[in-house]
Amino acid sequence: MPKKILMAGNIAIAEGAILAGCQAYFGYPITPQNELLEHMAKRMPEEGRVFVQTESELAAISMLYGAAAAGCRAMTSTSSPGFSLQQEGISYMAGAELPAVLVNVMRGGPGLGNIGGAQGDYFQATKGGGHGDYRLINLAPASAQEMMDLTMLAFELADKYRNPVVLLTDGFLGQAMEPVIIRQPVTELPDKPWAITGAAGRPKNVINSFEMEPANFQPRVSLLLQKFERIKQNEVRYQGIHLDDASLVIVAYGSASRSALTALKMARQKGLRVGLLRPITLFPFPYQILADLAQKVSDFLVAELSSGQFIEDVKLAVGLDKRVELASQYGGVPLAPETILETIERMSKVTIGR
Amino acid sequence: MTLDTPELDTVLYHKPEALEDYPFHFCPGCGHGIVFRLIAEVIDELKIKERAVCVASIGCTVTSYHYFNFDGLESAHGRAPAVATAIKRCRPNLVPFTYQGDGDLAAIGTAEIVHACARGENITTIFANNAIYGMTGGQMAPTTLLGMYSTSTPGGRQPSRAGYPIRVCEMLSTLDGPAYVARVSVHNPAAVRKAKQAIKLAFRAQLANLGMSLVEVLSPCPTNWRVEPVKAMDWLVEHLLPQYPLGEYKVIPAVADLKKESRRA
Ligand SMILES: Cc1ncc(C[n+]2csc(CCOP(=O)(O)OP(=O)(O)O)c2C)c(N)n1
Ligand code: SF4
Ligand SMILES: [Mg+2]
Repeated sequence: MPKKILMAGNIAIAEGAILAGCQAYFGYPITPQNELLEHMAKRMPEEGRVFVQTESELAAISMLYGAAAAGCRAMTSTSSPGFSLQQEGISYMAGAELPAVLVNVMRGGPGLGNIGGAQGDYFQATKGGGHGDYRLINLAPASAQEMMDLTMLAFELADKYRNPVVLLTDGFLGQAMEPVIIRQPVTELPDKPWAITGAAGRPKNVINSFEMEPANFQPRVSLLLQKFERIKQNEVRYQGIHLDDASLVIVAYGSASRSALTALKMARQKGLRVGLLRPITLFPFPYQILADLAQKVSDFLVAELSSGQFIEDVKLAVGLDKRVELASQYGGVPLAPETILETIERMSKVTIGR
Repeated sequence: MTLDTPELDTVLYHKPEALEDYPFHFCPGCGHGIVFRLIAEVIDELKIKERAVCVASIGCTVTSYHYFNFDGLESAHGRAPAVATAIKRCRPNLVPFTYQGDGDLAAIGTAEIVHACARGENITTIFANNAIYGMTGGQMAPTTLLGMYSTSTPGGRQPSRAGYPIRVCEMLSTLDGPAYVARVSVHNPAAVRKAKQAIKLAFRAQLANLGMSLVEVLSPCPTNWRVEPVKAMDWLVEHLLPQYPLGEYKVIPAVADLKKESRRA
């Protein structure tokens, strides 16, 4: 029997990273992810690995860059304002094709906002966020178990594509305690012949994102773009619930999908044929899955903890002729299942009357 | 008649092995090239080419890694000490050093250098102070002298508007983490020899795991000082030396021992 332990989402991320062979962790305190940093402060030295509490998130992202360049599996974690500070460094990492894992336990914003959970960094995390033409793989866990599992997957995908991967989660999931099955540790890490390991017995390695001549730089960006296309082809992940007979589909990720699932159950009890599509990867976004669904379903309800960010991708996927409504909270306020249910009921009535 | 010259096959001077066959792109009379050569000589002498890592910064030396014949990487503006920290922590056998200008180290990167020093990271920083933002065309740097012209202090740097120059070695040597902090210059051959000794000691401090070592090198930027290359050396002596006195600002006892050792050798 595998071990099952009750743990907070933030701790599940930390343990997932250790299981995945994370060799170095860098972070700066910010609520609601502090438990993660504190857990790593204890566990990484226990495992003989690197832990540094940095002077800022800027230093954390730069250390992450250095550790990734040195060929080590490495991670940083932060929450929204810290993630904003890291954008320049993230762009450098994408440009230099460095694999690493970035955790953003999102909180209410803009500005200092508050320490409640939110999903307001959706645009920033999934569309680039820093400068230039790049994308980050974005994984969106919806339970403590997935906090662990997707953290492990994040390390795999980062190495597979030599690209930073974001674990995009929020304060509600970070702090909620749930049972987690502890996975087997990764024992074999991939070779990284490109890494900075000292030019002994091989030509020197250089890691950069710079070409003076625009005409020489463009082909490098083109290679990145080809990589992002491969990611779109190969890495779309999602979960579908009751999609077969659904006449209305809720689309939600992360914490919002938990509220949505409860709302779905309440709606089903009332005889309403409601389904749920939960993207697990936000980039790549499951556009095609949604487009296929839109062939037979015309009512979509987006539940998100932001004021209409995620909905833009859903609309793009299902087309302008579909009804796409929003049930949202923002600014750190949780989304009650009842709020989603009300919208479901209103939409269902209108559908009947149409 | 015998000429008093060495045999033709006696090599007196050669390009350091640690330097790549790659032309410097610096302006005539620029100090960066001299400092690069000194670093390469030291790396040859210490036989650490296979472990050395050049952590470049942003400035005229943005592509530092191209000039050296060993591993190297770029870092974002000001962040090189954090990048070097991670490399050293993850691979303690490597010998990373940062090469940073005054804008990079003493303005945008102030936090990173202060905290790398405070943590006593076992890395080396070579800090080229030319009192100007070279790469972006001669704007005021944190080290620009009072009254000195720059494109962003067109009437000369006025403290009422632009504050005072930062003395990096003096400031960092108040911290407990650094093992070795020194300021040198490259304005004449004697100064260059001393600069090389300091750079070598800094690397030896790292090799002996003694903590952070930093060498500030006063370095001419004739282009943005708007003086001819040879006159730039005089300008440096006349203007920079009084504001930035040369010398060793911090030498912990273990580094002093290293120095004694090399004197005996
Ligand atoms: C975040 C960021 N801000 C600004 C710049 C533009 N920039 C490039 S080099 C430089 C100044 C470099 O001056 P210094 O560090 O003194 O180096 P020097 O060129 O004098 O050797 C600046 C401001 C940048 N590349 N990145
Ligand atoms: S601008 Fe100044 S620092 Fe830059 S290469 Fe020219 S002389 Fe050197
Ligand atoms: Mg400068």
